[in-house]
Amino acid sequence: MKNPIHFTALKTIWIKECTRFLRIWVQTLVPPAITMTLYFIIFGSLIGSRIGEMGGVTYMEFIVPGLIMMSVITNAYSNVAASFFSAKFQRNLEEMLVAPVSNITIILGYVGGGVARSLIVAVIVTIVSGFFVELDIQSYGMIIITVLLTATLFALGGLLNAMFAKSFDDISIIPTFVLTPLTYLGGVFYSITLLPDFWQAVSKINPIIYMVNGFRSGFIGVSDIAPTIAIGVLIIFNIAFFVLAWWLLRRGTGTRT
Amino acid sequence: MTNALEIKGLRKIYRGGLVALKGLDLTVKEGDFYALLGPNGAGKSTTIGIISSLVNKTEGSVKVFGYDLDTQINEVKEHIGLVPQEFNFNQFETVEQIVVNQAGYYGVSRKLARERAEKYLRQLGLWEKRDERGRTLSGGMKRRLMIARALLHEPKLLILDEPTAGVDIELRRSMWEFLTRINKQGITIILTTHYLEEAEMLCRNIGIIDKGEIVENTTMKALLGKLNIETFVLDLESSVNAPTVESATMRVIDDHTIEVDVAKSAGLNSVFSELSEQGIKVLSMRNKANRLEELFVNLVEQGRETKEQE
Repeated sequence: MKNPIHFTALKTIWIKECTRFLRIWVQTLVPPAITMTLYFIIFGSLIGSRIGEMGGVTYMEFIVPGLIMMSVITNAYSNVAASFFSAKFQRNLEEMLVAPVSNITIILGYVGGGVARSLIVAVIVTIVSGFFVELDIQSYGMIIITVLLTATLFALGGLLNAMFAKSFDDISIIPTFVLTPLTYLGGVFYSITLLPDFWQAVSKINPIIYMVNGFRSGFIGVSDIAPTIAIGVLIIFNIAFFVLAWWLLRRGTGTRT
Repeated sequence: MTNALEIKGLRKIYRGGLVALKGLDLTVKEGDFYALLGPNGAGKSTTIGIISSLVNKTEGSVKVFGYDLDTQINEVKEHIGLVPQEFNFNQFETVEQIVVNQAGYYGVSRKLARERAEKYLRQLGLWEKRDERGRTLSGGMKRRLMIARALLHEPKLLILDEPTAGVDIELRRSMWEFLTRINKQGITIILTTHYLEEAEMLCRNIGIIDKGEIVENTTMKALLGKLNIETFVLDLESSVNAPTVESATMRVIDDHTIEVDVAKSAGLNSVFSELSEQGIKVLSMRNKANRLEELFVNLVEQGRETKEQE
């Protein structure tokens, strides 16, 4: 097994991860559908009808891509964070550490599981949104690239969180105090062009702005950020998170004594 | 014959300064059934952790079937099957999923893994439980599951860290039979245990580790040969007050029971003769303490005294 990626092991980890979230589908797949339905009803239909247009489209059309992206972010993150930490906590991560599985394979397996769950959730939320608005997709390519890069990035983020976590509290701190505020301030519900110049500049520090806008441009062709910049930022963050995760796993941070 | 395991100058200093291993040397031959004994905190689990690459070593070399842990880690891992002390499988997965997944990590295809799963789960009496979740199994079944899991990639060296802890006697004996069988088939086994009877029953060679060093590394036969005195418990027919025997040291336990310490060279004949002369009838006799246990305590204590003198 000289190859840095061990395909049988990778397939095993990925199947194991998918089996895990499908086994507990009531906890993993149903809640985002219910939450997003409520968002569509309250923000889209009830409040949105009084807001009028945003970015040249109805408010409902404007928030749908952002809400899909929000589901992708939270599900990719929480899937890997919970699963990897649980494997650490129950010590069944040792099953992989004693086997000739490369660190790259472990990362790809877990991230692949997180991406799979977030894509399934994205499809569910998109289907639900179809009951509220007729989506006129502008660029499938942009949608696929942004959603894949975002899901991968947050799955990597969840993995990093789980590596450092020492208790279950530690895997809820980042989503609560970092991820949720950044997502809500990441242009899901408003266009950053509505903000004063200073706050527009501050908003551009938030990486979620690039994901939401990149994804939105695929749906409605309107974006506060140039799509190429959005994809560029996503690729840079993905590479940085992957290298960091690989380095930490190789060092044994949080995984080996 | 190749060495299944060759450890030289192994040191482990944990963060915080705790020295767990102080230059440990250990060799286990291919095909051996080797017992690694030692008191709690002696360094057994650290040694196993390093061999199985769960613990990073500070210094020294580890070779498994000639493969170096530093430069050929994948080859080392492929040759080892580990049965850890604590249950470390996913409690929510089924028995079959647990073993098949483990094989997958070693590059075994799912089809072959399922075939092997049936083979080993049947041999260990778990096939009927294959669709049950790990957490629903009894303690003994969980132990057997971990053995099956460690064998799925068919390793040449099986390391068991206290595999029969908390397992009832009947089950323990069936596990001994299984381990003896696979050892005869060619798998080298290294076992740590607190049940010294287990080591005596199963193992050909033994290493005693204390405070991070090997204090004895020899054959089980040679080690047991070091015992000069054995203790026997004699159950007597009638109540005795204070019988005396000159050929052995004797203690009265209760009205009907005495204990005698007999030198191996002296034998028991003279003890029985003396008791007969006093009209004392012996109904039954048994070997008192675990012989190896006594020896183990002596060796560890001797080692510590020598260190203190130095």
